[in-house]
Formats: sequence, structure tokens, C-alpha cells
Amino acid sequence: MTTANPTIEYNHDSQQFICQGEWVIAYLPVLQNKFREIKWAESGSLTINGAAISRMDSAGAWLLNEWKTALEEKQWHVNFEKFSKEQQALLNMVEKTIAAEEPIHAIPPLSLVARVGKQTLDSIALFQEYLAFIGKLSFEALRIAGNPKHLRWGSFVTVIYRTGFQALPIIALLSLLIGVVITYQMGLQLKNYGANIYIVDLLGLSILREFGPLITAIMVAGRTGSAFTAQIGMMKLNQEVDALNTMGVTPDELLLIPRIVGLLIALPLLTVWADGFGVIGGMIMSNSMLKITMYDFMQRFPHVIPLKTLLLGLCKAPVFALVISSIGCFQGMKVEGGADSVGLNTTRSVVMAIFFIIVADAFFSIIFSKLKL
Amino acid sequence: MTNSEPIIEMKNINTVLGGTCVHKDLNLTINRGEILGIVGGSGSGKTTLLREILALTRPNSGSIDVFGHDILTASSATLLAIQKRWGVLFQQNALFSSLTLLENVLFPLKEHTSLDVNSMKDLAELKIMMAGLPLDAASKYPAELSGGMQKRAGLARAIVLDPELLFLDEPTAGLDPQTATGFDDLILNLQSSMGLTIVMVTHDLDSLWKITNRVAFLGKGGVLAVEPMQKLVKNSNPLIQEFFGGPRGRAAQESHDGN
Repeated sequence: MTTANPTIEYNHDSQQFICQGEWVIAYLPVLQNKFREIKWAESGSLTINGAAISRMDSAGAWLLNEWKTALEEKQWHVNFEKFSKEQQALLNMVEKTIAAEEPIHAIPPLSLVARVGKQTLDSIALFQEYLAFIGKLSFEALRIAGNPKHLRWGSFVTVIYRTGFQALPIIALLSLLIGVVITYQMGLQLKNYGANIYIVDLLGLSILREFGPLITAIMVAGRTGSAFTAQIGMMKLNQEVDALNTMGVTPDELLLIPRIVGLLIALPLLTVWADGFGVIGGMIMSNSMLKITMYDFMQRFPHVIPLKTLLLGLCKAPVFALVISSIGCFQGMKVEGGADSVGLNTTRSVVMAIFFIIVADAFFSIIFSKLKL
Repeated sequence: MTNSEPIIEMKNINTVLGGTCVHKDLNLTINRGEILGIVGGSGSGKTTLLREILALTRPNSGSIDVFGHDILTASSATLLAIQKRWGVLFQQNALFSSLTLLENVLFPLKEHTSLDVNSMKDLAELKIMMAGLPLDAASKYPAELSGGMQKRAGLARAIVLDPELLFLDEPTAGLDPQTATGFDDLILNLQSSMGLTIVMVTHDLDSLWKITNRVAFLGKGGVLAVEPMQKLVKNSNPLIQEFFGGPRGRAAQESHDGN
């Protein structure tokens, strides 16, 4: 195939504009540059001669049409001449299509105040939607509770396996490290006062009451909340959720309730596991840094840390589980459109879940201190 | 317009997918300027054939010449040059869901031309309108468009680089009859004005009658016949008779003959 660079030649005397070569999209920038170099008079008439054009595509036709429009605005008279039948047809079609063009009405950008207002209203609407979701879910849960054969044991057990059992190694490692870090930081201070043995009290309290439940919940929000959103979101895009609805099985029953109940059981168990490893991490560090033997540690632990501490920490876990799973499922059900929305909602699900876990934890602190626990 | 210059030549294609033989010594030639339909029962390897021409799937043996280059042995530079000369409308449209319609259509222009931004935008808008879409749809995301509009958007993106060769995979599947007819007209219109060669995989018998010049019938791992529809329906091969002989086949033929 011969590739002939297109050229344009402007004959000032005969008012002829001779086009040559291949008028295809690849050469468009070259042609545009050549056209700009021509010095045009105020007005006149021009004949665009296309006899030497070997090939023209719709981009080429568009370019000629653009030039014609530009010149006509400057009071030039322009006509096309000696184009082949196909090329003329293409020119006509481009001209006709562009003539039918209706200008798009640009949406003016909102001012700062309007943006803040819109964001606020959107957030309120989202919260209302969330409440409605929780309401519907509670209603469904009551319905299923009254008729336990509707509880999907299979998916329920799978959820516990995936969110609980499979998370054991990572939660253990993480809590162990947290125990080590806390002991190291506190130990440095305690050593100054020669109060080494009090590390047992400090570690026991902070791990069992705060760090164990909180770190586990944050880890699970990242690991499981995101998975819930992505799974349910893809099912939504795939119309699987719609399919369930038409078959008389509510998605709440099959998809949401097992996830929520499953996590409600798995998260407290994981918290106990995390508590254990956090304390073990602290014990190892106490032994090597503060010279407190494991025997001494174990002996002191039950004396200074009452069972109440463990239970207060543990009673937060079900609340965190509800926060994680309900937000994960809610964001999953809100997915619509395409893959982009899955990504966006998964991010939102994790951020919102962690945010509300910390908010809930703050509330627990207030309540516990009011109750003098 | 049809002359006998081949634009795609497939020779002795053998394909085995997942242990089943899909193509066995398949030969097919597609000429410049024609509209070729590819039909066949379910599982006859139509989509696989299309994917092989598009260099998405490799056959186990054989050769596929597109624009005179064997795409199975072509260097990546040659393949890129070929890819700029064809456009594809996928069955599910394959529009990028994170981009608006205009950005979708702009995408090939941005990747493969050095035009300035305004020219690109004007060209993209021209193609959107040529595909029969209103310009106010340009700022919408694919998910906000109806099925028929998504098809047109996919077509606008496929033709934005003025390809010589256009592949359509089930272009009218899932469209209502009226929209499907409109889409057929659109394809015919574009073909005649832009001088395209079109390869379409379809089950839509009305489309086959209305817009194809020739139809390749796939079956038993090969091409059973490549003929214009009028001749193909008279072919004595039992598979072809079964395909076109049903009530739907006859209805499509009658409606075509009636026109």
C-alpha cells in the first residue's frame, strides 16, 4: 500500500485550493498545521479541489468541513469541486450530521456553599437509607427467628469459617506484635521508677479492655467488611440479587443475615484469641526486657486483672461486629453501575466501618466510666 | 463496491479448547468492502473464530492474514498497526464503566493520534452523532444509558479511528425489534459512507437478510458454506436446512422477500 503524504496547495490567482494525497486521520495534525500557515485575505471565494485525493475517511471530511465553516465565518464563499462520488457522499454526511448538532448545555459548577449544602443533604439521605436498611434487616431477622428453617446453615458456617477461622493466623501475629510494642514502650517508663512488675497490670488492662477488641475489629473491617461489599456488589451488578428477589427469596435471608450472624459469632471469638496472643507477646517482652519471669507474670496476672476486665472488652465485640457487617452489606447493596462503583463502595465500607468502630469505642468508654466499671 | 481483494484470509485453522476440537481445518476468506455474516449453531466456534482474527485467542495451527500480515507471527509493532485499522463492537459493548460516553469515544483518539484536544473532541462528537446518539448523552456514564444507546456508544467508539475493518459481535442481540432495525440501517449507512468491510457474528435472521452480502455458515468444526443468503437457504446441507428451515427462518425470509 502506498502512503502518500497529503499536501495542500493554495493558488491565490485562480482562487483554487488543491488537495492531494491521503486525507486520513493519521495525517490530520500535519494538514491542520499547513492550513494555519496560509495567510487569508479578508474575504473572497474559494474552490476546494479534491481531484487528487487518493483516499479520504470521515476525519478528513470533517477537517474539510471545519475549514469551510471557518472560512465562511470570515465572509468567504467556499465550494467543493471534483471530489469522487463516495468522497462527496462522505462530505455531505458529515455536514448533515454536524448541522443537526445541538449545543450541550453545560452544567455550571456549584459554589462552595452550595457544595457544602449538597454534601450535607447527601449525607443525611445516606444515613436515612442506612436506617431503613437496618430496619428492613431487623424485620427479616425477626421473621427468620420465628421460623428457624429459613436460616441458611451452609452459608452461615462458611461465613464463620472465612471470617473467623481463616483470620486466626494474621490476628495472632498482629496481637502478639501489639503486646510486644506496648510492653516495650511502657517498660521503658516503668524501669525508671523500678516499678517493673506493674507491667502486668498495665498490659492486662490495656490489652483486654482496649487493644484486643479494637485491633481485631479494625483488622476484620479491612479483611471482611471489604469482602462483604465486593461480593454483594458484584452479585448486584450481575443481577443475582434481582434474580433472588424474583424467586421469592429475599437477599436479606440468603446473603445478608448469614453474614451478619456469622460475624457476630466470629468476632468475639477472634477477640479472645487476640487477647490471649497480646498477653503472650507482652509476657515474652517482659521476660527479656524487664526480667520478669513467665512464672512471676502468670502468678501476678489473676490477682491484679479481674475477670470483669476481659468481659468488658468482650462485650464490645458484638457491637463492632454489627457495625462492620451491616456497613459492609449496606455498601454492597448500594453498588450500581459498574466496576468503578464496586471499588468506591468497598473503600467507603472500610472507612465508614473503622470510623464507627472508633466512635462506638468512645461511647463505651463514656458509658463504662459513668457506670464506674 | 465488492471486489475480490481479500482483507482477511484464514487457512487451515485448527483449534482445541478445553479438550474439545472447535475448528478443524477451517478456511475462510473475507473480501474488502463486503459485509460478511458469520452464523452457526451454539458452540460452533463463531465467537472463537472472531477472537482468533482479533488476536485474542491463538489457534493451535494455521495462518490468519489480516491486511496481508499473518497476525500469528506478526511482531507487536505490526500488530499495533493492524489494531489501529480495525474497530470492534463487543457483544457486551465493553464500554469502560469509569469513563463517560465522550471519554470512551475519545480514548482511541488520545491513544493513537497526535491531534489537539479540541479536534479530538469535535471528531468524537461527530462519531457519536453518526452513531445516532444525541449529544447530551455524551457526558453520561455507560450505566446511565439504555441497552440500545450502549450499543450505539460501542459502535461510535469502534468507528472513531475510521477503521477499514469493523467487527460486530451480535450487534442486535438484546435489542427490541425497532431498535434492531434502526441499528441495521445505521450499519448499512456507515458501511456505504465510510467504505467499511464488516464482519458480523449474529443470530438475527432479519439482519442477515437485510445487510449481509455473504454469510459463512460454521458447523462441524469448519465452514460449511459461504454464500449470499438467497443461495444459502437453498443449500442442501442438513445442518443449514435445520438452521434456516424453522418457523423463524421462514418468517425472516418472507419478510425480506416481501420488501
